[in-house]
Amino acid sequence: MEKEVLRKELKVSAIENGTVIDHIPSSSVFQVIRILNLSEIDNQVLFGTNLESRKMGTKGIIKVKNKYFAPDEINKIALVAPSATMIMIKNYAVVEKKKITVPDKVENIVKCFNPNCITNYEPIPTRFDVVDKTDLKLCCHYCEKITAKDNITFLP
Amino acid sequence: MKNRSLVSINDFTREEHLRILDLAGAFEKNPRQRILEDYVVATLFFEPSTRTRLSFESAASRLGARVIGFSDTSSTSTQKGESLADTIKIVSNYSDIIIMRHPREGSARYASEVATVPIVNAGDGANQHPTQTLLDLYSIRKTQGTLDNLNIAFVGDLKYGRTVHSLVMAMCNYHTTFHLVSPEELKLPGSVKIHIKEKNLEYHQYVDILDALPNVDILYMTRIQKERFSDPMEYEKVKNSYILRSNMLEGVKPNLKILHPLPRVNEINVDVDHNKEAYYFTQALNGVYVRQAILASILGVVE
Repeated sequence: MEKEVLRKELKVSAIENGTVIDHIPSSSVFQVIRILNLSEIDNQVLFGTNLESRKMGTKGIIKVKNKYFAPDEINKIALVAPSATMIMIKNYAVVEKKKITVPDKVENIVKCFNPNCITNYEPIPTRFDVVDKTDLKLCCHYCEKITAKDNITFLP
Repeated sequence: MKNRSLVSINDFTREEHLRILDLAGAFEKNPRQRILEDYVVATLFFEPSTRTRLSFESAASRLGARVIGFSDTSSTSTQKGESLADTIKIVSNYSDIIIMRHPREGSARYASEVATVPIVNAGDGANQHPTQTLLDLYSIRKTQGTLDNLNIAFVGDLKYGRTVHSLVMAMCNYHTTFHLVSPEELKLPGSVKIHIKEKNLEYHQYVDILDALPNVDILYMTRIQKERFSDPMEYEKVKNSYILRSNMLEGVKPNLKILHPLPRVNEINVDVDHNKEAYYFTQALNGVYVRQAILASILGVVE
């Protein structure tokens, strides 16, 4: 038992200070990296995917050294990783643990499902109001049509 | 309302709708007033629409404004690949207000964000057509004397008809009872019904127009288009059941008026035109007064 935990820890090594985003669905890890723009920052980023998880079968995890996210920033990942938890680490110890919550607005992450929406023809950042947080529904700021959970695709 | 864009019917409050209707009433009494003489109105029609464009141009001309613009994109730089944003920015320099119709949904909202002058949406794809809704409200109030507590039947294509969606949303402010008549495939979508339910208003659904007729004050007819049906057989089955004929109007309420956003094809038989209930041509005329009121309010030349 001890050994197994140890082995797991080694897969993505611990950070002294920063943020751990845990319980990400394996399939969403790279989307989370993109949404949080982690490929553009100078901080050290460690991540793992398809790791064993007792709760989820497999999961992904991302650790960002010396960075703490504002709630608005981190909640953007709710669309792809609603199960995720954000853990703030200081001196190798957990100082705060938070569940991700769905934000009120979603900007420039999701493509509007309406093929006739102007955002699919002109270079416009998409904007949605979240009109249903439990059964995820996004209302396009431009065409006023609904993009529902099953129809969400992410902008490249 | 000064300097504000009108993109969606809900951009203006109930009180602002009523103020536009009052003002339209004043223009009906006195339609020729040269209060916009120093103004340039641009009408940009990226998609053809004779009625709406002429109605706006007539409204602007009767108020003394100059009208510039185009009625199709074949002779414009859109053909050369210019973006909507660039067209709107340029025309903002040349005019005081832009009336725009565009085939893409959301184009008017986007235009209102890049323009430096107010935008009036004259139809963005299947989304919104707020000036039609305001002229419908004007016609209803004028014929019934009130907007409150009316029974309104909507007939035909309730699924895709944008005029129906906007008018249903607007009438939810007036304790309306809705009578929704359509084939099974073209029922009012849940996204619109939710507004009726939110206000706890009464609504009834029918497939037969005759079932709704006896109780209504306003009959709002729309056209059923063949291409809306996934199964062409279904269209053949229903196409003749939503045609209004003169002999169907026996026993209706004496105050009943028939509205239609036009153009009509065959859903109102021409034998209805001479009935006292037929109001659709006057409704189109009302469009000019309502658009005069919209131009004057947004340009800020009236209170």
